[in-house]
Amino acid sequence: MINLIHTYGSLLLVGLRHTLTCSLIALAASLLLGTVVALLEVAPERWLRGVARTYIEIFRNIPLLVITLFFYVVVPLYVIKLTGFVAGTIGLSLYTSAFIAETIRSGIRAVDPGQMEGARANGLSYWQAMRVIVLPQAFRYVIPPLGNQFVNLVKNSSTLAFVGGFDLMYQGNNIASDSMATMATYAVVGLLYLAITLPISSYMRYLEKRLA
Amino acid sequence: MLHDFIAAYTPANLRYLFGGLGLTLLVSVVSILASFLLGSILGIIRYVRIKGLSAAVGGIIDVIRNLPLILILFFTYFGLPNLGIRPGVLVAAILAMTIFESAMLAEIVRSGIQAIDKGQMEGARANGLTYWQALWHIVLPQAMVKMIPALVSQFISLVKDTSLATIILLPEMLYRSQIIYGQDSNYIVPMFVAVATLYFIVCFLLSLLAHWLERRQARA
Repeated sequence: MINLIHTYGSLLLVGLRHTLTCSLIALAASLLLGTVVALLEVAPERWLRGVARTYIEIFRNIPLLVITLFFYVVVPLYVIKLTGFVAGTIGLSLYTSAFIAETIRSGIRAVDPGQMEGARANGLSYWQAMRVIVLPQAFRYVIPPLGNQFVNLVKNSSTLAFVGGFDLMYQGNNIASDSMATMATYAVVGLLYLAITLPISSYMRYLEKRLA
Repeated sequence: MLHDFIAAYTPANLRYLFGGLGLTLLVSVVSILASFLLGSILGIIRYVRIKGLSAAVGGIIDVIRNLPLILILFFTYFGLPNLGIRPGVLVAAILAMTIFESAMLAEIVRSGIQAIDKGQMEGARANGLTYWQALWHIVLPQAMVKMIPALVSQFISLVKDTSLATIILLPEMLYRSQIIYGQDSNYIVPMFVAVATLYFIVCFLLSLLAHWLERRQARA
């Protein structure tokens, strides 16, 4: 195992960097998209809610790999050629945004309706009240479930390996076949993933307990 | 464009694709059943706090839950042969899904049991049942009923996750679509449409079922 790290350490670091970069970009993008979709889902206008529901149902019910391959295989045919890393990051962002939207929506619903009514009675418009009063409180409720979504996101970033995205899983796969030390390679790759995911999930469990 | 769809959706191709969907569902159903059994045992062990054992099981559950499924698939298909075990593609896929999903279900089972009112256990014990009798006859049945929607949601993830087994060349739906469009690049779009639609229909129907079950429980 030490030999393995000695020989392939730089490749593993490249993989780790790609996994982290992809995860952070996808986290930011899916948080933004997910929040917008959640806002549409609780909007007073019926058609906006319809758009949001359609978006969520589509991305939640199609496998991430199919979405990623769509950007890697189909989009280049008609629009623009994307690298595996870009296609994978886009796919991951869209897929995760549907789950984040559902999480944030439940957070918004958990905020006492009196908050919105009070804000409206004090002269704020619906969207002002939502942005300044309701949403900040909603985010407090959803931090633990959002953290769990982030853990899923990091794990799911391993789909980059399917499209040559140079992530940890991709490098691990190459190292395993190059070194023939399959088990040792998977152990190292697994430990690197755990180094990212375990601290987040333990912290979220701690937060959940404290909030409960 | 329409022409491509007509050319791609030959009876032979569709039959081949639906066969893949069948395999997807087979892997999902077998894995969820095995995971339910194994996950329940692990979840109960973690819940009851048997000295040493519960902590060890808890540690294993947490590790598996925090690893990517693809890594576990690689482990069962490429890793196990190093230990002298050579599962075929189908067995390796089911094994990987079961390992991963058991850890997920164990946590669902544990939190399901925890959500049952402590008074149920106390009442049963006060009526003369042993701890294990009370757990088995009183607490678990109630917990299981509460867990059904979460189980359906896990099943949906499982159906989607079987597509990852493409990487070990399991001939499930996504893999088969790639075989078909590998013959003619004009079939790429029709195949993506077919695969996405079929996954969507299966998963959407299941999510409607989960919603319905949740609502029925909320009323009860």
